[in-house]
Amino acid sequence: MKENPYRPFPAEITCIRPESDCEFTITVAASAEMTPGQFFQVSLPRVGEAPISISDFGDDWIQFTVRAVGKLTNALQDLCTGEKLFIRGPYGNGFPMGILAGSNLIIAAGGSGVAPVRPLIKRGMDGRLLVRSLQVLAGFKSKEGLLFSEELEECRSCGRGTITIDRPQEGWCGSTGLITEHIRALSLEDPSDVQFVIVGPPVMMKYSVAEALELGVPEDRIWVSFERLMSCGLGKCGHCKIDSTYICLDGPVFSYSRAAGLID
Amino acid sequence: MTSFEFTREAFSDVFGRMLDRYAVHGPKRFLGRGRFADKDLIKYAKLAALDELELEEKSYMSPKSLVFPPDETMFYFTGQEFTEAPEEAEGEIIVFLRPCDINGFRRLDAMFLENGGVRDLYYLRRRERLRFFMIECVESFDNCFCVSMKSNVAEDYSAALRFDGDMVYVEVKDDSFSPLFLDGASSDFTPDFVRENRKRVKVPDVDEMPPEMFTHPMWDEYDHRCIACGRCNTSCVTCTCFSVRDLFYTDSRQSGERRRLWDGCHLDGFTEMAGGASYRERRGERMRYKAFHKIYDFRKRFGYDMCVGCGRCDDACPEYISFAECINRVSAALRGGDGR
Repeated sequence: MKENPYRPFPAEITCIRPESDCEFTITVAASAEMTPGQFFQVSLPRVGEAPISISDFGDDWIQFTVRAVGKLTNALQDLCTGEKLFIRGPYGNGFPMGILAGSNLIIAAGGSGVAPVRPLIKRGMDGRLLVRSLQVLAGFKSKEGLLFSEELEECRSCGRGTITIDRPQEGWCGSTGLITEHIRALSLEDPSDVQFVIVGPPVMMKYSVAEALELGVPEDRIWVSFERLMSCGLGKCGHCKIDSTYICLDGPVFSYSRAAGLID
Repeated sequence: MTSFEFTREAFSDVFGRMLDRYAVHGPKRFLGRGRFADKDLIKYAKLAALDELELEEKSYMSPKSLVFPPDETMFYFTGQEFTEAPEEAEGEIIVFLRPCDINGFRRLDAMFLENGGVRDLYYLRRRERLRFFMIECVESFDNCFCVSMKSNVAEDYSAALRFDGDMVYVEVKDDSFSPLFLDGASSDFTPDFVRENRKRVKVPDVDEMPPEMFTHPMWDEYDHRCIACGRCNTSCVTCTCFSVRDLFYTDSRQSGERRRLWDGCHLDGFTEMAGGASYRERRGERMRYKAFHKIYDFRKRFGYDMCVGCGRCDDACPEYISFAECINRVSAALRGGDGR
């Protein structure tokens, strides 16, 4: 069968790094053209396949940050360096890098939603994505759930980031409170002159978008990324369809002006 | 295009010659296998003789399983090796089917071969083998509303046939089939199409569905009536949703398969993600999702409606939910009524 779009390719695992109590980052050796915000269909033979967003990538490596909550992700946890991960992709549109470049970029991410925006944060920090200003708000349930703590701390220490956990906790001297409170507290010189990326669990996105709108950020400058069940990534299996939109083809990243009209 | 006529007896011989060269599929009656006692099941199956071709009743299941089986192996695994499932067989397959189903295949093609600009090769290799022999359909069965869905007329067929008492008339479009029919008498037969169904629906004619239609109280009734059995999805000729599942053999855990299985938007778990989040918990929401896909969303993407009005969902629903009536309710609600 020529060019079977369902056939994954093997990618060798070069590193597995624990991030939190149940999340970990797998690095595989693979090269493909991709952009932040896209995802791969990741699988293990006899276990299953699932869409996983890219949590960073380079010329010859890709990272996936995974939370062990399902059949596949639990099995991924047991893998070792040198073993193979099976991947196909990248799929989806990714973040609108052309639009984000040169902007006053604000990124608000919650929990495992930090993973898909991490390539944006890293590029914004090191200048590969040239922005006028960068502000990162990362929210987690607790300090045990913190992801990419060193990178986010670097971001915070140079005044470009806030790391918050929902409630005060012993041994935590950083910010607390829901991410929505921190969005509300942003003082924006000109809310119509920012690009605002919001990624996280559905409830977090809903209320964070509401706060951003309240600040005066226009709908078409708010960007959200959808997570949906998928079996193909190719616009065939039907699981991720909302109205006439296929999240795998037309998304997962949408401006809120479009996302607002998507009713599950 | 040339047409021929045969006595049914003579055509039975023609059918026999078809079987020598082709696999022939069509609606077939399975005695006593229906949903109720003493009821027969009509479904698509391989035919061994002309008499097995069921012409009196609508098939309960559509012919889509010829291209999209309920359960299809995509890969075989041996350790870390992925081996594509080989083609089951080669050679052309003649399918006897009605115009609505031919139009149904057009919609399956749109999803499997066009959507996203990617061709699904598992579908394609089955689809390329099919040759349509259209059964002329001038009278509706129960629940048919193909005329309203503009799918009563089909042109994509290799041959069209009229079974009229003791006579069989054939119009041959694809010349490669002409040799089969050469001993028939010449005829001026061209197929007719049903022009009126007893069931009529008013398809909503809106470019953008108003947001209030998504939460309209008309959907609430389906919360209670629908039991999420998914029969409307499985019997539908245009439902294409599937899930991919891996399995391993219990005697050899290093070996296994990746399969795709029919799934459906009415079924529990259709949107459930790892971690438990899911969408459209309420069955009324699922009904709305399916209805809008069939008569609105798909049209936005492809320019024509997905539903072909075969009415199989209405035939199959154990709760007697009528999809045709649901479409009419949407149109009524859009006109400002209460969706009744």
